[in-house]
Order: sequence, then structure tokens, then C-alpha cells
Amino acid sequence: MITRKDVQYIAHLSRIHLQESEVEKLTNDLEGILGYIEKLNKLNVSAVKPTSHVLPIENVFRQDIEKPSLNPKDIMKFSTDNDGKGSFKVPQVIE
Amino acid sequence: MKLNELTAHEILQGFQAKTITPDSVYQCLQETIQNKDKKIHAYAHSADPAITPKAMDGKYPIPIAIKDNICIKDYLTTCSSRILEGFRPPYDATVITKLKDSGSIILGHANMDEFAFGSSTESSYYGVTRNPWNLDCVPGGSSGGSAAAVAAHEAIWALGSDTGGSIRQPASFCGVVGLKPTYGRVSRYGLIAFASSLDQIGPITKDVEDCALLLNLIAGHDEKDSTSANLPVPDFTRALTKDVKNIKIGIPKEYFIDGMDAEVKDSVLAAIEHLKGHGAQFIDISLPHTEYAVATYYILATAEASSNLARYDGVQYGLRCQPQQQRRTPIIDMYEETRDQGFGAEAKRRIMLGTYALSSGYYDAYYLKAQKVRTLIKKDFDEAFRSCDAIITPTAPTTAFKIGEKTSDPLSMYLSDIYTISVNLAGIPALSIPCGFSKNGLPIGLQIMGKPFDEEMLFRIAHTYEQGTEWHKRKVVL
Repeated sequence: MITRKDVQYIAHLSRIHLQESEVEKLTNDLEGILGYIEKLNKLNVSAVKPTSHVLPIENVFRQDIEKPSLNPKDIMKFSTDNDGKGSFKVPQVIE
Repeated sequence: MKLNELTAHEILQGFQAKTITPDSVYQCLQETIQNKDKKIHAYAHSADPAITPKAMDGKYPIPIAIKDNICIKDYLTTCSSRILEGFRPPYDATVITKLKDSGSIILGHANMDEFAFGSSTESSYYGVTRNPWNLDCVPGGSSGGSAAAVAAHEAIWALGSDTGGSIRQPASFCGVVGLKPTYGRVSRYGLIAFASSLDQIGPITKDVEDCALLLNLIAGHDEKDSTSANLPVPDFTRALTKDVKNIKIGIPKEYFIDGMDAEVKDSVLAAIEHLKGHGAQFIDISLPHTEYAVATYYILATAEASSNLARYDGVQYGLRCQPQQQRRTPIIDMYEETRDQGFGAEAKRRIMLGTYALSSGYYDAYYLKAQKVRTLIKKDFDEAFRSCDAIITPTAPTTAFKIGEKTSDPLSMYLSDIYTISVNLAGIPALSIPCGFSKNGLPIGLQIMGKPFDEEMLFRIAHTYEQGTEWHKRKVVL
């Protein structure tokens, strides 16, 4: 059972502000989807190892050789607010 | 026949015989897009001009459509989301570098479901794409723009991406060929991430030979993607042998169940008979955990998505919105307002579902459990491939549905991927090929699944079937 309060809490964890009408709709939607997902409880998986990746993934190492990288100016130009010297500006963080 | 209706391999023959020029093909495509795309809306950002090589003298000057989640340097790349409005990546995805090196002409970014979250291309911020076979129907999704562009002859071929069926299902709905390669076969560098353990870029083409050719151009290890496989890449066109004698193909009983459209079932069974006539052997197999695939996927894919989409915070790039009133702290308010206005309904739903599945107290019950069921689904395939070389199923349970039919019921939309999702969870390759049309003229797709890194087997079976049938020769009339 998922409540409006749960939805508002998850929205905050997700850093999404929801309109009132969205809270109602999402409560119903998530309730329906999680109800469907319940079917996994029919399986006993206590002895099964989890799969996070289908390929045997290993750490990839390389030599520490200098290579050209992107120009910071080219990257900064996509931000709404920056100081033009390599720092992004954000609203006040500490009260 | 008009130049835009040719396949890439026919065009290449024409170049060689000097009967056509790259420029004439490109001009024909440009005219078609200008005249037809108002109806279809296969392209997300029609204002952005095509990218043409300096001289049309590369090896493959073939006009291509690229899904809007694959980064092209200095070119509007938005995942069809408002939150990336105006974003022009400072680099090329590896597949784009490869295509540019081969002389490709990039026609534009194809429309898609926002962040590839969907099965109908209705959730794009830039508008709905229509199915060229019936404008009242969806093209499928999320690579609906790519599939519609190829079907409507607004591109010779296209790239899509497939996380749970997003290449194969639209290929099926639009009557074209679509391949999800083995996980790791194609570099994901520059593919804007949805679910990193499931995403894979692949070709959408008019026939199987083109599919093999395009995979040749994009496959291979890439040091910029540590999950790309360091394996030799064969010439996939050498698998087009028109021979399936004694090849063993499995038919999973769990895929032929109630809820499947009768016309889809009949077409797939007829395709099986056709392949039997070419000497293929069919055996009954079981993939016992099939019924859990959709539930497993919607936990794992949304969990990965919620993490991958945390980067859209209004700071480094993309949209930033200021709230009208203070609710929390100034920076949290900015994040929450930006993400409220930047993401559409389905993106919010998936981010929230994934966040819930990963949240404290629910991680074991949802995320960890789904990872364990993923192991069982993968084992089903390992077991099945001990007794067969490939598996045949329908690509989707129905033909293309009506626009608006499933938008109010997310679960019914998710279930339209019921036959394609297991493949991504297992990491194996699968291809969709046209195998018939419904009475009302909508295409039906046949899905062929293979062992990891055995795309050649898929091409071999698909090509044999295609060359013995006429489905791929039917053309959309617009």
C-alpha cells in the first residue's frame, strides 16, 4: 500500500516538486505498478546470486598518459549561470 | 523506383556502377523529408540542418537518421526531453565518430519517447510520431522516429537504442528490420544513459543485408566504454548465406499464450513453416521465468534510470527553472522546480519508481530481489541455448496500437514489451524482421534471439527467411 505521503517523500528524494494533481495520479500509478511487481514474491530466490551485469566485468586499467581533453570554455557555455572562469553558479547552498 | 526507396546496398551498387551519385540520393531524401515529415514527425528537431561530409567521397555516403539520445558534436541532442532543450554536446558518440569516418550523411535526430521511456513515441516533448502505415497508429517506441523514418523512406537507414525492446518493437510496428546487438558489441560512449546494464545501440534498416552492413560500421571495442567487449568483430555480411539446413531453432512455449493477437500468431507460425521448408529444425523449449521479466525489468531499469537521471540538476547544462516561492532551501527549490518542469509524466513516474526501489528499507525487497530474478532469467537462456542455435518468437503481442490508446494506463504500455524485455535482461542479441501484415494493413514482426555475440546466426536465419518472402518489398504509400 502506497500513500500520498509516501509519494511526496519519494518525490523529495528524487528532487522533483509535484503539483497536487500529480500526487494523486502518481499514487494510483505506483500502487498499480507495485501491485504487478508483487508477483516476484512467488519466487524463492534466497539461494540465488544477484546479477548486476551480464558480462564478467573487470576493472579496466590504462597507462597514465596525458591526452587532450575538452576545452572548459566549450563545456561551460551550456550552463545557465557561471562566472566565465570555470565555476558554475548555483543558488545559496548554506543558510 | 525513387532513390530514397532503395536500400543502402542497392545504393552502394549504384555508386559503383556510376548510375547514381551520393548527392542525388541526399537531395532526394531532403525533398522527401520536407514533403512528408509534417505528416509523420519522424525527426525531433526539423530546424537543424543535415550534417554532410566535406566531400561525398567516403566509403559509405549513405543518409542516416540518428536517435535523439546519441550525442553528435555541436548538434541539438535532447533525448526528446525539455530538460535538455538547447543542448549541443561538445563531443561525438563513438558510433557517430565511426559513421563520420565512413562518410555517412547525418540527416538529423529522430524523435523518441522522452529518455527512451516508452513504447509508442508519444512521450516526446517535441510531439508524437505517427506510424507511416496508418497515421492514427503509434510507430512503437522508444526508437519510433528512427523506425518511422526508415519505413517512410525519409532515411535509408537509422540508429536506435534498445533497453527493453526499443529497437525491435518499433521495427515490428513499422515493418522494418531492427537489431539489438549483444550487450557490449557496440560502444555506449555518447549514448545518453537510461539503464546502463541494459542499453545497447543498434541498426534499423529496410532489409537484413543492410542490417549486417550497418552493424559492421558501428560494432567493436572502445576504450571509452569499459563495458564494450574486447572481441574480434566478424564481417557480418558473410553470414548472409541463405542456408539454415540443420540449424536448430527453439520455440518457447511461454511466448505463445493467451493475449497474443491471432493474426500475429498465424504469421509467426507460417514463418516457422517457411524455415522448416529450408531445412531448419524446430524444437520445443521452455523459458520458465518469462512471466517475471516485465516486473524484474521495471525495477532494475527504473532504478538505474533514477540514478542516471540525477545528473539533470539545472547546473552544468540543460534547463534551469527558478521556483516562484520558497519551499525548502534555495538550491533544493531550484533542483525540484527544474526537474518538475523539465521532465514529462512518464520520466517522473520512472524516476520515482526507481528511487522507491532503491530507498532504505525497500532495497532488498525490490532491487536485490529483481537482480536475483535476473539471474534466473539469464539461466533460462543459457539452458535453452544448450539445445538450440536460436529462438523464434513474435516481436510484440499485437500490431501497432492507436495513438492515445495506452497513455492513461502505464502498466498496459509496459506489457506491450512482454516479448522483448527478457533479451535485455540476459544481454543476448535479437532481431525483428517483417513476417506479414494484418488484415487492416499493419506490419507484423518476427523476433529471432541468439547466443551472446552470435549475431551472425540471427542474420543467417533472417536473411534466409527474407529472401524467400516478399514482406520487405512492400512499401508505404504516403
